[in-house]
Amino acid sequence: MQQHDKLVMMANQIAKAFAPQGEARAVPQIAQHIKDFWDPRMRRGIFEHLDSGGAGLDPLALAALRKLHPTPQATAHQA
Amino acid sequence: MTLVNEIDYGTPASKSEKMVTLTIDGVEVTVPEGTSIMRAAMEVGTKIPKLCATDSVEAFGSCRLCLVEIEGRAGTPASCTTPAMNGLVVHTQNSRLKQLRRGVMELYISDHPLDCLTCAANGDCELQDMAGAVGLRDVRYGYDGANHVFAKAKDGTANDAWMPKDTSNPYFTYDPSKCIVCNRCVRACEEVQGTFALTIAGRGFESRVAAGMSENFLDSECVSCGACVQACPTATLSEKSLIDIGQPEHSVVTTCAYCGVGCSFKAEMRGEEVVRMVPYKDGKANRGHSCVKGRFAWGYATHKERITKPMVRDKITDPWRETTWEEAIGRVASEFKRIQFQYGRDAVGGITSSRCTNEETFLIQKLIRAGFGVNNVDTCARVCHSPTGYGLKTAFGTSAGTQDFDSVEDSDVMMVIGANPTDGHPVFASRMKKRLREGAKLIVVDPRRIDLVRSAHIEAAHHLPLLPGTNVAVLTAMAHVIVTEGLVNEKFVRERCEMDEFQEWAAFVAEERHSPEATAKFTGVDPAELRAAARLYATGGNAAIYYGLGVTEHSQGSTTVMAIANLAMVTGNLGRRGVGVNPLRGQNNVQGACDMGSFPHELSGYRHISDDTTRTMFEEFWGAKLNPEPGLRIPNMLDAAVEGTFKAIYIQGEDILQSDPNTSHVSAGLAAMECVVVQDLFLNETANYAHVFLPGSTFLEKDGTFTNAERRIQLVRKVMTPRNGGYADWEITQLIAKAVGLDWNYTHPSQVMDEIAALTPTFKNVSFKKIEEMGSVQWPCNDANPEGSPIMHATTFARGKGKFVLTEYVPTDERTGPRFPLLLTTGRTLSQYNVGAQTRRTENVVWHEEDRLEIHPHDAEQRGIKEGDWVRIQSRAGETALRALITDRVAPGVVYTTFHHPMTQANVITTEFSDWATNCPEYKVTAVQVGLSNGPTQYQEDYEAFAQASRRIAAVEAAE
Repeated sequence: MQQHDKLVMMANQIAKAFAPQGEARAVPQIAQHIKDFWDPRMRRGIFEHLDSGGAGLDPLALAALRKLHPTPQATAHQA
Repeated sequence: MTLVNEIDYGTPASKSEKMVTLTIDGVEVTVPEGTSIMRAAMEVGTKIPKLCATDSVEAFGSCRLCLVEIEGRAGTPASCTTPAMNGLVVHTQNSRLKQLRRGVMELYISDHPLDCLTCAANGDCELQDMAGAVGLRDVRYGYDGANHVFAKAKDGTANDAWMPKDTSNPYFTYDPSKCIVCNRCVRACEEVQGTFALTIAGRGFESRVAAGMSENFLDSECVSCGACVQACPTATLSEKSLIDIGQPEHSVVTTCAYCGVGCSFKAEMRGEEVVRMVPYKDGKANRGHSCVKGRFAWGYATHKERITKPMVRDKITDPWRETTWEEAIGRVASEFKRIQFQYGRDAVGGITSSRCTNEETFLIQKLIRAGFGVNNVDTCARVCHSPTGYGLKTAFGTSAGTQDFDSVEDSDVMMVIGANPTDGHPVFASRMKKRLREGAKLIVVDPRRIDLVRSAHIEAAHHLPLLPGTNVAVLTAMAHVIVTEGLVNEKFVRERCEMDEFQEWAAFVAEERHSPEATAKFTGVDPAELRAAARLYATGGNAAIYYGLGVTEHSQGSTTVMAIANLAMVTGNLGRRGVGVNPLRGQNNVQGACDMGSFPHELSGYRHISDDTTRTMFEEFWGAKLNPEPGLRIPNMLDAAVEGTFKAIYIQGEDILQSDPNTSHVSAGLAAMECVVVQDLFLNETANYAHVFLPGSTFLEKDGTFTNAERRIQLVRKVMTPRNGGYADWEITQLIAKAVGLDWNYTHPSQVMDEIAALTPTFKNVSFKKIEEMGSVQWPCNDANPEGSPIMHATTFARGKGKFVLTEYVPTDERTGPRFPLLLTTGRTLSQYNVGAQTRRTENVVWHEEDRLEIHPHDAEQRGIKEGDWVRIQSRAGETALRALITDRVAPGVVYTTFHHPMTQANVITTEFSDWATNCPEYKVTAVQVGLSNGPTQYQEDYEAFAQASRRIAAVEAAE
């Protein structure tokens, strides 16, 4: 399995675990979980994937990752 | 040094709180009601002669040696079976009693061999002691009459009453000629172990101890726990090591290094040679009991395959080269430095061992964090109970079981989920069985019909044989029943739990889709049985949940742990004796390894590395800057290695190549690293990929502490010099630390514990001195709980209010289909331990010399498989072959194997799917196909050749 695929699978699993609580509560918890347990290179990996479209990511995972990692365009815009 | 002498009070202690006072030989003694006169006498140091009584089993009253006189009562009652009462006046010695006792002894000795000088029990024989105690001087009957002693009579005719010695068990012998038929072994097998393998066959003079149906011990149901050997007052049942060596001259109390039960043993020694390991009565985890592993399987410690010299090699295809400690340690330090310089700081990491001591584990994570500046440190809890850590911390606020083992004595209902205690945690299983025989009810949730479901005098009220992977659905369905049938303990929930979350959770589980009927189609569990089990758990009195890796090793492992916590909270089964949530921990010190900060995201005491206050405290204490970001977990390290960003690893006492899932991925990860350092007793499978091998030390060779599944911290004491040139494992880590520039100067592990206590609030009052004084202590041990905490969350949860978590069942991605129609699940067997590195190097192989694939007769017949046939098992990850065992213990559609032997390669077929929260691998569910094969696969044969080549050690060149 490719590294990105695996990270996507892991992020989706986390999203599904928090999903029953509804989007508003789930998204921050998903983001916090990834922040607390993924080492920086794993987060970099999933952010790269996110930047290239984020294919395969569960909508909740996507929302959580966007929260952790504002899109480069947005960052560039602010700068 | 001397032998640790334990007092035998003759009969078990009474638990009564009502006291009675009597007079024995003119001395007044006050004891709890229900205490025998024999025990009451021993309380004041009066040893009444006895043979059939010992305090590990109930009184039996057969030997007639412990007779006493009681004023105002007729006759001479047996003191073992006569309870102490207020006002009794007892005499233990007078001319009548003397005469009676001497007469009894005379009869015993008339049918006993008089080979005392050459007998293995010489110096430790109760029969000999009693002959002395009663002043036996003569045997008027002679020795020529009917007897069990001589194979032939004097005239050469065969003696039919004589039976030869049974030496079939690898660890002990049964010599019927020395048996006095006191029944102690039979009763120990029943009462202490609960196997009922022994009985007395025949009557009167024909009475003989018999294993099974008068078979030899090895062929009987005997599980070789050693309880009978320990109970035997003569040499009838003797350890072969004792026969071989002789009586020990000193003993040291220490802690077993096998499973998470953490049994206390006396290591009985002659010099530095172990004569035998005897369970210690004061051990609070085992209460004087043992299993075949701890009691007998310690021979690996002196096995010829132990590596005792450090070794290095440049490439893993090279043979090993023995070298000095200096060169080996220097190589580790320089390679780790080079790799960090070349590939970045984060390219290195380590694995602490859950087999090693708390102090050793603490030092490894300190080395990785403070010495290398990374948090890439993990431990094998990753692959077993990491979901327990996550789940219980979320629900209750702390990552540990809630009870002590003694708590089971007050349980009315036990629910065992995904655990097989009689094999995995045998000593605790014996305590469970004892309570079940007293009437407690049992619920078993397991795909396989484990021994507890039905065995001698034990039968589960309900067995829910669920399909592997559906734990969350089954437990949520139980919650559904409890909530919808009005069985909620509202008082407990209102007082102790977050109410909003409870209400949301109650509404969630009450949804029809969570009902037993709705979930039955994918769980395979009969809804009526599930409902009955839920009612029993909720209403049967004190209900305790015990669970194992069948809960955690799933893609929803953490969710299942939280579902268990939900059940305990909703029924109020927390905070007192007899109840609770009890993870049965696998390794001897897996609890400790977790407590010590082995996980990449947290420091000791479960505090996140990003927490500034905690991290700053460690930084100041250690004088080093720590990285605030979580590090890599074991599977992530392997992924990063394959990807090329992780290049060096220091592995202490863990065999990830054999134990971790998807072997081809693990080997690819290891092969991609430039420096693999393995510190172990043997060249394990992982060492096939290592560049530096540091020979470790066994638990007999060092001081330290282990923490068992009930949070009990116990001392491990050194009884022999390490064979590797004198280094305990913590000293080896210290050598590396010094070589990378850390100024460590520990001279004893107690100093490491002092450091742990200073840095960890839950360990604040723990010290070697404290453990020495108390025998053991259960954390939290701090100012709030100065004597430790047998039971947690008594009045409030560690986190304040208990948290109900919504547990939605998410089917695993690992599914059956036309190509892989069966589900493989894995487990353990009694005689072997995990990867078998230790037990395979003992006589325990007589019970389990190979792993077999258990398959239901229906599935076997469809495939033309017969008992013992070689079968190939294929999954999406790989294939392996082993021999079939046809049994209906597994349901149709489910196959099962153990993974104790490296040739089995069970992990070639397990996948990389893992728990969502912790990445704990999903060992327990793999979709497979099974078919006949001719023998081992090409992979198995190639691996065997590779492993042999990799273990070559170059001959030392002759000096020129």
